[in-house]
Amino acid sequence: MQRRGFLKTLAVCGALVLTGASSLLRTAFAATKRNKPAFSKADQVEALDSLFPGRTIEPSSAIDIGVHDLVENGAVVPLKINSTLPAIDSISILVEKNPNPLIAHFKLSPRCQAFIATRIKVQNPSMITAVVDSEGRLYSAQRFVEVIEGGCG
Amino acid sequence: MARAIKIRTSIKDGVATVRCILRHPMETGFRIDPESNQLVPAHYIEQVFCHHNDELVLQCDWSRAVSKNPYLSFSFSGANAGDTIRISWRDNLGEENSSSVVMR
Repeated sequence: MQRRGFLKTLAVCGALVLTGASSLLRTAFAATKRNKPAFSKADQVEALDSLFPGRTIEPSSAIDIGVHDLVENGAVVPLKINSTLPAIDSISILVEKNPNPLIAHFKLSPRCQAFIATRIKVQNPSMITAVVDSEGRLYSAQRFVEVIEGGCG
Repeated sequence: MARAIKIRTSIKDGVATVRCILRHPMETGFRIDPESNQLVPAHYIEQVFCHHNDELVLQCDWSRAVSKNPYLSFSFSGANAGDTIRISWRDNLGEENSSSVVMR
């Protein structure tokens, strides 16, 4: 009987700690400094390395990049990122052939839906990469965009 | 002067969708002014913060390659009519701006 009581207490304590920890995680979203080195890298691999040091990225079909295949004006390229991945911490957008490939890094609160839309500049026909941080792992998807007139000048 | 930040919101089943346009030149520093033949200095938004009431829901870190007069849309759960959305930004020259709306 005593042992059962002890186990029960243990279980309740464990549950409390777990809920405490998760509520802490949920409110732990605070503003952070912009990762300036990552944004100034001229190479996509280096930019990703600087943004996510020592982490590997795996391809995923659960990320959708909504963008036109052929864009006339590279100065305004509408872009939509959707994902079915759970618990997303961040969404990053990279354009491989731009002078600085890292375009945007969005940090999402746990209440955010897996959706971001914006407009970006694309200098040359280039691969566009979206990287999603979900449950502590990195996933990516790519789409090629053909540009008639570059948009960085 | 036109408002520097335009915000539109909608709520459906507790999920709010926010769409906004921030008025900003977003100069890359690569563009040459056709009149003076000089490079136009870089001037772009580096960070955007989106608060729901007083809680940060989205932080955007941007490069100079976000288009001029940036458009941003996102959505989040747990929203009610009467709540406030505040959008604020800061650029590479230290300029700041913010605007808020009450959701309906």
